[in-house]
Amino acid sequence: MTGRRVLVAMSGGVDSSVAAALLLEQGHDVTGVTLKLWGGDSDSGCCSVSDVEDARRVAAQLGIPHYVFNFSSDFDAKVVDPYVGSYAAGRTPNPCVECNRSIKFGRLLERADALGFDFLATGHHARVRRVDGGHHLVRGADLAKDQSYVLYMLGPRELARTLLPVGELTKGSVREHAARLGLRTAAKPESMDVCFITRGHRAAFIGARASTACGSIFDTSGAVVGYHHGVEQFTVGQRRGLGVALGERRYVVDVDATRAAVTIGTRADLLRDETVLRDLAFVGAAPGPSPLLAQVRAHGEPVDARLVASTVCYERPQPRVAPGQVVVLYEGDTVVGGGIAT
Amino acid sequence: MNRHDPSLDACYLDYAATTPMRPEAIAAMEPFLRTTFANPSGSHAAARAAKTALEEAREEIAGLLGAAPSEVVFTAGGTEADNLAVKGAARAARAAGEGDAVVTTAFEHKGVLAACDRLAREGFRTTRATVTAAGIVDLDSLADALDDQTVVVSVMLVNNEVGTIQPLDAVVDLVRARAPRAVIHTDAVQAVPWLDLAGAASGADLVAVSAHKFGGPKGTGALVVRGTTSLEPLIEGGGQERGLRSGTSNVAGAVAMAAALRVTCAHREADVERVAALRDRLVDGLLGAIPATFENGDRARKVAGNAHLGFEGIEAEALLVALDTAGICAAAGSSCSSGATEPSHVLAALGVAPTRALASVRFSLGAASVDADVDAALRIVPDAVARLRAAGVAA
Repeated sequence: MTGRRVLVAMSGGVDSSVAAALLLEQGHDVTGVTLKLWGGDSDSGCCSVSDVEDARRVAAQLGIPHYVFNFSSDFDAKVVDPYVGSYAAGRTPNPCVECNRSIKFGRLLERADALGFDFLATGHHARVRRVDGGHHLVRGADLAKDQSYVLYMLGPRELARTLLPVGELTKGSVREHAARLGLRTAAKPESMDVCFITRGHRAAFIGARASTACGSIFDTSGAVVGYHHGVEQFTVGQRRGLGVALGERRYVVDVDATRAAVTIGTRADLLRDETVLRDLAFVGAAPGPSPLLAQVRAHGEPVDARLVASTVCYERPQPRVAPGQVVVLYEGDTVVGGGIAT
Repeated sequence: MNRHDPSLDACYLDYAATTPMRPEAIAAMEPFLRTTFANPSGSHAAARAAKTALEEAREEIAGLLGAAPSEVVFTAGGTEADNLAVKGAARAARAAGEGDAVVTTAFEHKGVLAACDRLAREGFRTTRATVTAAGIVDLDSLADALDDQTVVVSVMLVNNEVGTIQPLDAVVDLVRARAPRAVIHTDAVQAVPWLDLAGAASGADLVAVSAHKFGGPKGTGALVVRGTTSLEPLIEGGGQERGLRSGTSNVAGAVAMAAALRVTCAHREADVERVAALRDRLVDGLLGAIPATFENGDRARKVAGNAHLGFEGIEAEALLVALDTAGICAAAGSSCSSGATEPSHVLAALGVAPTRALASVRFSLGAASVDADVDAALRIVPDAVARLRAAGVAA
């Protein structure tokens, strides 16, 4: 397939730069866009002014038009505010997933359609595979870099209009392509943090936007073992920063914002046989009772599980998934769908 | 096939952003790049040649702006001139114990507003007078803001987004009556192609202009500093420009600016008439061809080249991309350092609802605009708006 009008979301990083270059080599009519999402204090994460400049330079090098879309008010409303609200409510959100859902494959995809583009492309490491009657979302060729997890929400409408050019390449070969093409971002390090918060400043960020009560830390028998200054500083499964010295290793087992209560326990206390999901989304039809793989972290090892209605039932007990986190279900390397842990 | 080919003729409708250099300005400038290149501050013949040219340029500009040569200070552009005026006058006045209040309007150029914000951080009391829906400063609001501590009043002569001409004479009368010690600054950057500043800005103490808005080079501007107006310089050093703006003089820029100003003033009346007709054909054509379209700012009180239209139900940011793809250059809001469009504080000041503001685009014509530009816009804009509306993307 060639000669289509493709809008490429360019973050200034090497993956999206190579994605744009590959699409151009394939003979498509390519346009680059960088999203301005955040103008707040942390103008150092992804999509900062210097990232826009990197993207612009690559676009100029490739000879393609480049625009900047200001989606910052949508980003505030659909990603940042819910992020703060989730933490204040004792949950652990995944803002990158929400950004993909509402902004990159929401707002941006709508605008690409409005402007008559045939496809939206990104530098995500995953693959869209054409199958009878539709499309599948499949893990990227480099399993260590696979990003299919954060794209689980893409449905048939989105997948039909999405191209993921670097999904077939390993990270090493992405950088080789970048070097071969003489792209200036070939050696740029990956961005790892939440793009709108500087590393280490999450507590301050949330504290400035939401007020949560101080409260008690309990053990599993209900005894008070310590105090905390706000539930937003805790995540189920967390081991560090508990402020409690009890000898044996302890983990956050539960966070209850309504009681401002944090419960800690042993690793055994963390184990669960199942996770109940909300807001389930399936790429195609809902899977039956057959065995699946469940992945609970962006780069975690998937584990054997089955889906029964909205509940993911694990073959072997797993540490509790923090409410608010995403669980993605796979059949082999193909994304079946996913939902949000409660 | 890639559509982005810079050699394609673009239909340029962004003259308010900048203008192409006039051939006379380029010609005037060239010798000062090649042969008469000396630093005018030197003591040899080469320096004298450069100095003479600089001062001749100053004289010519002064005459055309209704000022004395000693009242013209060369700067590196309009933003610098605005900053020098607002900050320079306020700081000098406060140091002289005259007061610490600065008054401006809600829809000034960001150069003026940022300068006022800086002064606020220095402890000045800053106030922004409101603006009417027609795009004219509200004189009652301005009057209310004035008091005996007011040391600087800054009101632009022509607004850069909606093109409306401000009643500067009335502003001057008001300020002289209510805050007689205040220095009056006007950002006249957008006014030069359309108004005779010698008349229109005669009451102001400080008048800022920028060469690239009237066919001169970028990076060159001037501030008229009348009579006894006291300013604290921003840039200090060798003492050029009577100590108000140090730095090696940009002779080539000054000479080019003078030539551009000369040609602009000579053709102004005819250009205004011709461009107004083109603008009216454009606006009336778009209003007629596209339903649910509105104008921002009162057309009867705008400069000849400004057209500011909103198209219900679309996003200006998307429309600009569609227009760019079709070869039309227009603008919306203002750009921030990343190149993204920021919501317009000017439209907000006019009371335009946010969704309408985000659906609004500025088309600006200039002396070099021709019928073909308007024809292209009338051909392309309605189609682009219709497509966006059909796709159902609302602001």
